[in-house]
Amino acid sequence: MAVRCQFENSNDIGVFSTLTNSYCLVAVGGSENFYSVFEAELADHIPVVHASIAGTRIIGRMCIGNNKGLLLPNTTTDQEMLHIKNSLPDKVVVQRCEERLSALGNCIATNDYVSLVNTDLDSETEEIIADVLGTEVFGHSIAGEVLVGSFCSFTNQGGLVHPMTSIEDQDELSSLLQVPLVAGTINRGSQVVGAGLVANDWAAFCGLDTTSTELQVVESIFKLRQAQPTHLVSKIRGSLIDNLS
Amino acid sequence: MDGVAAPTTGTLPTILCCLCGTAITSNPSNMCVSCIRGQVDITESIPKTASIYYCKGCARYLQPPKHWVACELESKELLTICIKKLKGLNKVKLIDAGFRWTEPHSRRIHVRLLVQKEVFQNTILQQEFVVEFVVDYQQCDMCQRDAADLDEWQAVVQVRQKVQHKRTFLYLEQLIIKHSAHEDTVGIKVHPDGLDFYFMHRSQGIRFTSFLNHVVPIRSKQADHLVSHDANSNTYRYKYTFSVEILPICKDDLVVLPPKVATHLGGIGPLVLVTKVSQALTIIDPFTLQTAELAAALYWRYPFQALMSIKQATEFFIMDVEKSEDRKGKWCLADATAARSVDYGSNDNQHFIRTHIGNFLRPGDLALGYDIGNAVYNDNLLAGHKKLELPDFVIFKRTYSKKNRSKRRMWRLKRLNMELDESMVDTGSHKRVPMDPIAKMAAEQEEFMQDLEQDKDLRSTINIYKDPKRIQPAGGTDMDVDEGAQPKPVKQVVAAAEDGEEEEDEEYPEVPIEELLEGLVLEDEPGAPAPVPGEDEQEEE
Repeated sequence: MAVRCQFENSNDIGVFSTLTNSYCLVAVGGSENFYSVFEAELADHIPVVHASIAGTRIIGRMCIGNNKGLLLPNTTTDQEMLHIKNSLPDKVVVQRCEERLSALGNCIATNDYVSLVNTDLDSETEEIIADVLGTEVFGHSIAGEVLVGSFCSFTNQGGLVHPMTSIEDQDELSSLLQVPLVAGTINRGSQVVGAGLVANDWAAFCGLDTTSTELQVVESIFKLRQAQPTHLVSKIRGSLIDNLS
Repeated sequence: MDGVAAPTTGTLPTILCCLCGTAITSNPSNMCVSCIRGQVDITESIPKTASIYYCKGCARYLQPPKHWVACELESKELLTICIKKLKGLNKVKLIDAGFRWTEPHSRRIHVRLLVQKEVFQNTILQQEFVVEFVVDYQQCDMCQRDAADLDEWQAVVQVRQKVQHKRTFLYLEQLIIKHSAHEDTVGIKVHPDGLDFYFMHRSQGIRFTSFLNHVVPIRSKQADHLVSHDANSNTYRYKYTFSVEILPICKDDLVVLPPKVATHLGGIGPLVLVTKVSQALTIIDPFTLQTAELAAALYWRYPFQALMSIKQATEFFIMDVEKSEDRKGKWCLADATAARSVDYGSNDNQHFIRTHIGNFLRPGDLALGYDIGNAVYNDNLLAGHKKLELPDFVIFKRTYSKKNRSKRRMWRLKRLNMELDESMVDTGSHKRVPMDPIAKMAAEQEEFMQDLEQDKDLRSTINIYKDPKRIQPAGGTDMDVDEGAQPKPVKQVVAAAEDGEEEEDEEYPEVPIEELLEGLVLEDEPGAPAPVPGEDEQEEE
């Protein structure tokens, strides 16, 4: 199910939260409304953690993670890192990375198998990504924009990209990612898909402005209609086996 | 890993309109056109009805704040008025505007507007709509005054000069025409001692008075007359009268300055001649060539009258001129041997006269002077001077034989459209005007024109026009004309052929044709703007 929510009057919820198949980070807001939406949806299956990075609330743009790992910018304090490490499941590797482009969430988009990164990113960082997140890494741009993390959002099921991404680009991307992609908008026509939407394999959260049409697109491309965390696991297993063989 | 940036110029994807779910090619707002239309109305800030005001009396439209403009239905001017009336048009870009036809009697004007505005980012929306204007009636100021039967004027400037002749006013009239100072007048009336200028507004009267202050020496007074007032709305209606008195001394007048004035001007005179009248009087002592400027303020502190003026001048025949070394500017002190023209040939009375116009006199010339010895004047004009010995004669100006020169004249002056006062028209009952006023005015006009011919400086301050009846304008420039086909059109002096009976006097100065301006309209309209002096063409001949 896709859920609409808002962080302190802002529809860009992807800025204030990070969602993966094994954990969810939520910014500390003035009230618990935003947190409780995530909690109600996810708390039964994965930990939902209050977090801040370098003292800011824009955690969704600062860090990037999948079910295997989490990359934090080097501005993250030790205390914050320790808190996150303690709250996440043990199998998740948390690591800081020395990257000049510290808004990792804007520069990188990932699922559990493939990462798309900003072409300007350091090759060292790319290696760290491959190590920590356990993915293949591709430098790419979306609709001429280098900030792939801002303009697309994808999971193991599918992905939503910037509405101006040409069909040729979409074909190329989906052959890289091995998931179906669709061009679309969020938050009543906003192109900043990465900021308006967070999704994992069985849940998605959008800004409150998102129209029902957009929600429908999200639900169908991320295959959320019948998605349940339990039978999702078997699916992951299946594709894992696929990937390994 | 490959780092190839995908080209952005590919096939645009089809996305779903974020509102209605229609499949559309993606665009900056990511909505289908009909949804954008539904979401934003760019004409929202523009009123769809408005009213404009029309005066039935004079068929003009009000252009706020207070201009009334005559325009046709569906004209450019009316469209301007309508569009200016619409507020909120500055927030959008106006692409096109036009009228939609409506029945003229419906008092509705439909204006079709096409506007553009940027909505969202990079999305420009264009929309066409119609604004209905209701034509409301409102009387304009003029019609209101007309309907209320009020005098159309609110301010009058009464210009007076208490002298026997009209020279000053004839000159002033030309100055007014040259500077278009009469443009605001609603009427000009001739009175025995001067002119009345009527204006719609007080400010125009003030402006006119200040114009006069710059060209002639005056003093002015203002008076208000309360016509009516409305205590409820606290409005008052006044009539303003500006009484302007031109100082009663003219050019060529002989003046005995009061002792105080003479002292003030460096002990000049006290017997002096006035050589020029502008903002101040320029005076000269004909025996010492000392000159001075007498400001109007000083005059009004110690007012005096002229001892003699040009009407009392006597004509002299110059027999000999002996110039002295004493010169100052154009003046040159000289001793002239002269006889009065009336004496010349009948007796041998000759006079030795010291004069300041030695440069302009030659033996055999005629000159104008004052015969003080035989003159009758008021003793109190000399009051204050203890031992004043007046000379017998003063010569002030070269003159020419009296002839009717109007026939040879190739130039004309513009005239103001003036209306005669009743007291001046009705001659039978009035003692003050012994001569037929029309004939008198014509005679004075002729004198003024001769003055102009003889005085280059005077001419330079006013506009003189070619007489289209006398000078036939050429059909084109010489270059354009095919010489074999037709005779060269040249400017002809028709007048010279006509009066063969009059002998030529080469001595008499003529106005050079280069000084004349084109563009005189014979049906003299008071409102016709005076042409700009620089516009006259220099003639080759």
